[in-house]
Amino acid sequence: MNRKMVFYLFGRILQVEALLLLLPALTSLVYGETRVLLTFLSVAGGSALFGTLVALLCRTKNKVIYAKEGFAIVALAWVGMSVVGALPFVISGDIPNYFDAFFEIVSGFTTTGASVLPNVERLSHGALFWRSFSHWVGGMGVLVFVMAIVRNMSDRSIHIMRAEMPGPIVGKLVPRASDTAKILYLIYIVLTVIQIIMLCAGGMPFFDSLIHSFGTAGTGGFGIKSNSIAGYSNYSQIVITVFMLIFGVNFNLYYLLLIRRFRSVLKSTELWAYLGMVAVSIVVITFNILPIYDNFNDSLRHASFQVSSIITTTGYTTTDFNVWPHLSKGILLLLMCLGGCAGSTAGGLKVSRAVILFKLILREIKKMLHPRAVTSVKFEGKAVEDGTLSSVATYFAVYAFCIFAAFLVICFEPFGFESNVTAVLTTFNNVGPGFATVGPMGGFGEYTAFSKIVFSFAMLFGRLEIFPMIIALSPSTWMKK
Amino acid sequence: MKILVVGCGKIGMSIISSLVKEGHDVVVIDGSRTVIEEVGNIYDVMCVCGNGADCETLDEAGVASAELVVSVTGSDEFNMLSCFIAARMGAKNTIARIRNPEYNDKSLGFMRQQLELSVSINPEWMAAKELFNILRLPAAANIESFSRGNLEMVEIPLKQQNSPLDGMSLIELRRKYNAKFLICAVQRGAECYIPDGNFVLKSGDKIGLTASQSELQKLLKMLGLVKKQAKSVIILGASRISYYLAKRLIAGGASVKIIDKDPKRCKAFAGELPEAVVICGDGAEQELLLEEGIDSVDAFVALTGIDELNILISIFAQAQNVPKVIAKVNRGELAGMAKNLGLDTILSPQKIVTDVLSRYARALHNSLGSNVETLYTLMDGNVEALEFSVSPEFKGLKTPLKELSLKKGILVAGIIRGRRAMIPSGDDVINAGDRVVVIASDRGMTDLSDILV
Repeated sequence: MNRKMVFYLFGRILQVEALLLLLPALTSLVYGETRVLLTFLSVAGGSALFGTLVALLCRTKNKVIYAKEGFAIVALAWVGMSVVGALPFVISGDIPNYFDAFFEIVSGFTTTGASVLPNVERLSHGALFWRSFSHWVGGMGVLVFVMAIVRNMSDRSIHIMRAEMPGPIVGKLVPRASDTAKILYLIYIVLTVIQIIMLCAGGMPFFDSLIHSFGTAGTGGFGIKSNSIAGYSNYSQIVITVFMLIFGVNFNLYYLLLIRRFRSVLKSTELWAYLGMVAVSIVVITFNILPIYDNFNDSLRHASFQVSSIITTTGYTTTDFNVWPHLSKGILLLLMCLGGCAGSTAGGLKVSRAVILFKLILREIKKMLHPRAVTSVKFEGKAVEDGTLSSVATYFAVYAFCIFAAFLVICFEPFGFESNVTAVLTTFNNVGPGFATVGPMGGFGEYTAFSKIVFSFAMLFGRLEIFPMIIALSPSTWMKK
Repeated sequence: MKILVVGCGKIGMSIISSLVKEGHDVVVIDGSRTVIEEVGNIYDVMCVCGNGADCETLDEAGVASAELVVSVTGSDEFNMLSCFIAARMGAKNTIARIRNPEYNDKSLGFMRQQLELSVSINPEWMAAKELFNILRLPAAANIESFSRGNLEMVEIPLKQQNSPLDGMSLIELRRKYNAKFLICAVQRGAECYIPDGNFVLKSGDKIGLTASQSELQKLLKMLGLVKKQAKSVIILGASRISYYLAKRLIAGGASVKIIDKDPKRCKAFAGELPEAVVICGDGAEQELLLEEGIDSVDAFVALTGIDELNILISIFAQAQNVPKVIAKVNRGELAGMAKNLGLDTILSPQKIVTDVLSRYARALHNSLGSNVETLYTLMDGNVEALEFSVSPEFKGLKTPLKELSLKKGILVAGIIRGRRAMIPSGDDVINAGDRVVVIASDRGMTDLSDILV
């Protein structure tokens, strides 16, 4: 274990966070919130100081990192960033309780969008900006960002990328990891800017478009209104629907579009599976909820918005889907676990894993029928390695175990089965809203501090795809032997 | 610069390692998933698993935008095919490894032209050439020649104790021995220095010096380092390198004995090289080596395919007081250990190939005009020696060397004008059309202008 390198990068991450904290400070400056401005500046200063100190103390010539260092760095960075990121809320008085603030910022970085606040309208502009900006940062990943800007971080930075980027197979777009990170961030920034412009064009105020674009791009879901997107125009809702779907697609495909490989894009199994599921869900739900709304158009608009929001694990809402029929709620619950495509900013199990799991099941059945059959599972036109297959199956098992464990730990909460189960599912999959108490119009505010910590870690486990957290938490990683 | 490497064998891996260090964008193609994953874990490269001669795989690897394609799989024919297809698909330059002696004769030029190959490399042949050079001048641990042998650079290990040069500064050395030479690098332990005149030598140092061929012989004689040219050589292992080396040695009038376990290969060698004595037997048996007179030969070269065996038998040979012992060691980390065990001359075919490739890649990279003509890494990779041809655009033309402001760790070690090699002094100037040999402690120079601040 190259502990020095791990902590060195940890220090660098804190420095980067200090830089990021300057943006909400700027917002406070614009809106004349002196107290909040000072809070952000002091936290940024402290973070920069501490980060520099750690980086200096742990400077090392040995930059070699292996897979376990990659996992440890990522887990440590995310927890550390959240611990620091929660401070401005507490100090500025926006969220006085530290556990609440920690939950809120973890929910931000992990692009969950679940909130403990009963009415967000009371927050200062600086705090609102920081909350949503954390979505944007967490969506593509902080370490990927560091990789894009720091030259020659390490020869083996691919391990860090693998640990932070979601999905069963993380590939590079171009030979160098840092160039890949740059390309990904460039695509991310361009798409975000386009969304901001389109929202502004539809008459949404600039600050609101900024916030909602951050929330959409990171597939997070923090808004600035208690009723989320419901109060905005139909045009804005449609723009957000489309962009949620766009950010749920594997970013590699956008790169392929850029280098004009349209055929490879069209052949992507995952893309078609994703779009197919979205389409089917929208159709079923539209007809299912038709009686609740006045006309077909409204029903289609609400259905498509909610489906896109849930499958991409964004968590914006335009209506209270708590009152929807059970069939629709069932579909939403399924989509919640499914999540977007690998290599996107979405959370959840990922469509690619679901497809591979489904094909694995078919293979097992075929094997039972023809015990001597030699079979292979194909995905994206290629046979999937046995190693990848077993890691996908293992991931699903661990995923299920973690969700059960989290549910058992918080089952003492008095909000009923539906709330508790969906609360765990929605945090673990980084969605945001669940059903009943934690539904679109509710929140996590009434849960105890203990449960909030559990949920916070559920979100981190979900965002980093479990293993980095498990590895960072197991003592054998850190012991000398 | 984007470079495709097809095949991740021993040579492939060391090529990838050196190209990544030089800062190129490397894409690797190999058919084995496990190998490709391993490469992807170690180096910052893009990996493509598939057949490197297949259009689709090459397309996936982005062959159309590649500056250079290097094909170094185990099969000559495959390398040719994949380079040919790559060239047709838009790769600007292609390099194939072609090892079979049957291809490496008159037909090579024709094939290269027809296949649009930029260069073909034959590591075994290059290794044999280097071995032959060392056996010609056994005092040196390593010899590299510039400008077709006009100027030579040798690495000479000083004795561990009581070397006659111990405590002598380079100025004194120059004064004492009236010969034209320049000590341009000194390795002491793990550190490597580019010395100035006040540098004091110590026993156990390894010095690198440049001199013209005739001056070199004179100097070695004066230093008392001269060992006579190897006239009788035992070669262990009947490999391709052995074949090329034995052929050269026999042509030079030396007597050669080749030992190998495999009767088939022995038979083939005996047919190809009637002048050599081919012994079929286990070279690891000391009895056999003694029987074949290992204690009375001038040189022993261990060229089996097993690094460990080569090292151990070389140590045995050294104990029998063979004047010159050379072991072929493929794996870099083992080469370092072998040096610690007291073997001063280690042959590493990979290093020779990577040197050639680095030079080629840098020459492609360079748009300024003063191209790298030759490149060697010396002193266990700590120092580079580069030969440039000077273009008229070079900024330091006609300026005495002492007035040029050179970067730190740079030494102009030789100027070759026409056929005459000079060891430059501070008053000498560089002219357009000269060839200049530069020693640098940093890697990555692509143009002669890089030596200037």
